Amino acid sequence: MAKIIVVTSGKGGVGKTTSSAAIGTGLAQRGHATVIVDFDVGLRNLDLIMGCERRVVYDFVNVINGEATLNQALIKDKRTEQLYILPASQTRDKDALTEEGVAAVLEELKGRFDYIVCDSPAGIEKGAQMALYFADEAIVVTNPEVSSVRDSDRILGILQSKSLRAKEGEEPVREHLLLTRYSPARVAAGEMLSVADVEDILAIPLLGVIPESQDVLKASNQGEPVILNDEAQAGQAYSDAVDRLLGENRPHRFLEEQRQGFFQRLLGGGRG
Amino acid sequence: MSTPDFQLKGSTVTVVVLELHRYTPELFPAQLEERIQQAPALFQGSPVVVDVEQLLIPEGQLDVPGLLDQCRGAGLRPIALRGVGESLAEAAADSGLAILPAAASRQRRNIREEAEPARDVEIRTEQRAAPAARPTRTITRPVRSGQQVYAEGGDLIVLAQVSEGAEVLADGNIHIYGALRGRALAGVHGDAAARIFCQHMDAELISVAGHFLLSDGIADTLHRKPAQVALEGDALSVEPL
Ligand SMILES: Nc1ncnc2c1ncn2[C@@H]1O[C@H](COP(=O)(O)OP(=O)(O)O)[C@@H](O)[C@H]1O
Ligand SMILES: [Mg+2]
Repeated sequence: MAKIIVVTSGKGGVGKTTSSAAIGTGLAQRGHATVIVDFDVGLRNLDLIMGCERRVVYDFVNVINGEATLNQALIKDKRTEQLYILPASQTRDKDALTEEGVAAVLEELKGRFDYIVCDSPAGIEKGAQMALYFADEAIVVTNPEVSSVRDSDRILGILQSKSLRAKEGEEPVREHLLLTRYSPARVAAGEMLSVADVEDILAIPLLGVIPESQDVLKASNQGEPVILNDEAQAGQAYSDAVDRLLGENRPHRFLEEQRQGFFQRLLGGGRG
Repeated sequence: MSTPDFQLKGSTVTVVVLELHRYTPELFPAQLEERIQQAPALFQGSPVVVDVEQLLIPEGQLDVPGLLDQCRGAGLRPIALRGVGESLAEAAADSGLAILPAAASRQRRNIREEAEPARDVEIRTEQRAAPAARPTRTITRPVRSGQQVYAEGGDLIVLAQVSEGAEVLADGNIHIYGALRGRALAGVHGDAAARIFCQHMDAELISVAGHFLLSDGIADTLHRKPAQVALEGDALSVEPL
C-alpha cells in the first residue's frame, strides 16, 4: 500500500522543503518508488532544491484542472532512480488546490508509487491543512526554538483533529519529530532548546536531528539534495532519519558539541 | 394529515447571565473585556441573558441597543433580556430578544444589598435545570496548542499532556496525568467543589468555578510537581499531591 507522508511544521523557513527533498531522495535511493509533491502553491521551492526548475512545464494545478495529465507534469529525477517530482504552480493562487482535485491526483499517484511525500506550505491555514489532510504519516519539522515548537504543537493538534484519518475515526496519523538546524554549541550556550526539551514539550517519537550546516545551503544552491552528500553531517543525519522511517534502529548522531582540539583548549577557547 | 417537518421540544440549556449593577457606556466594554479574558473559551460566542433587574440607574436611561451592541462586540451573543421594567419594555421589545421574567427577585436583591459589588458587571453562569449525570470524558491523546476540550456536565480525564496554548474545561473535576502547560478550568458552571488534579503543574491558568490563578500566582515549589487545585472560600488553593 502506498503511503502518504506530509512534511509539515506550522512555521516557515524551518527546513520543510530541504527535508522533503532529502527524505524523498533517501526513500528512492533505498529502492522505493517515490514522488515528492510540492503543495506550496505560489512559492514553488522544491524544484529549485531538487535542481529541476528548468524542466517544469506543467504543474500540480494543471493536473487538477485537467490541463495536463499526471505523466506530463511529473518530472523524473536525473540522479536517483524511481524518484519523481510533482511541482507546484508559481502563478496560481492558493485556492487552486481543491479537496476533490487533490484527492483525485493522490489516488492516481498511489497506484504508481510506494511513497508520496507532500511538502507543505508554512502556516496552519488552508494550504497547510490541504497538504496534511490525506496523510498517513507526518514528519513534523521543528527548529530548537520556542516559537517553532509552539507551531509544531499546533500543527500536531490539527493533524489529530482535521485530517481525513481523524474525521473518519481511523488509526491516527503517525507522527515523527524531525529536529532541524540543530546547533549543539548554541544549545550548550543556552541559546537554543535541547533535543530533550523539545521531545518533552511535543511528546512524539524522534525521527532525527539534523545539524545546522553550511552544507545544506551549498546543496540547495547547487540543486542537489543534501542527503546525496555522504561527507556532510547533515546528509548523514538525513540518511539515518530515512532508515528510521523505514523501521531501522540508528543511534542519533551529532547531538554533542564537537570536541575542541588540545591546542584550542590550551588557548582558552574551551567552554570550561 | 401530513406529518410536520419538525418537532417542537422542550429543552434546558445552561446560559451565561450578565447581571448589570451599573452601566456606564464608556467603561462597560473594557470591564467586559477584562472579565472575558479570564476565560475566553467559556464566553466566546456563548449565549447570554442580560439581566437588568438590579441595575441601579433609572431604567429609562438605559440605552438597550447600545448595551447589546457592546455585548456583541465583546463576542457574546445576547439571547434574552431579564428583569425588564415597564419603562424599558418598548426598547426591550424592539431589540428582538426574548424577554424573560425576573428571577426570584426579592431574595437575590437582599443578598446583593449586603455585599456591595465592586464592579458594574458580574458574569455568572447559571444552571437552569439539573442535568442528568453524564459519563466522564476521557482523552487519551495530547491536547495541543489551539485545541480546546470541554467535558460538559461531568469530569474530564486527560491521559496525556495539555500543551501551552491549549485549554481544558469541565463542569466537574479535571484530572491530567501528563503535564499541564495550558489552561484548566474546572466547575465552569459554578461547581465550587470541583478540583483540578495534575501530575506536572506548569499551567498558564487554573480556575475553579470562575475563580482563577495565573501561572505567576502558583508557588514555585509546586512548579512541575504533582498538584491539586481546590476552591477554599473565595481563593484557589494549590497543594502538592
Ligand atoms: N540543517 C540546516 N542547516 C543550515 N541551513 C538550513 C538547514 N535546513 C534548512 N536550512 C536553510 O533554511 C532555509 C529554509 O529552508 P526550507 O527547507 O526552504 O524551509 P521551509 O520549506 O520550511 O520554508 C533555507 O535557506 C535552507 O537552506
Ligand atoms: Mg518550503
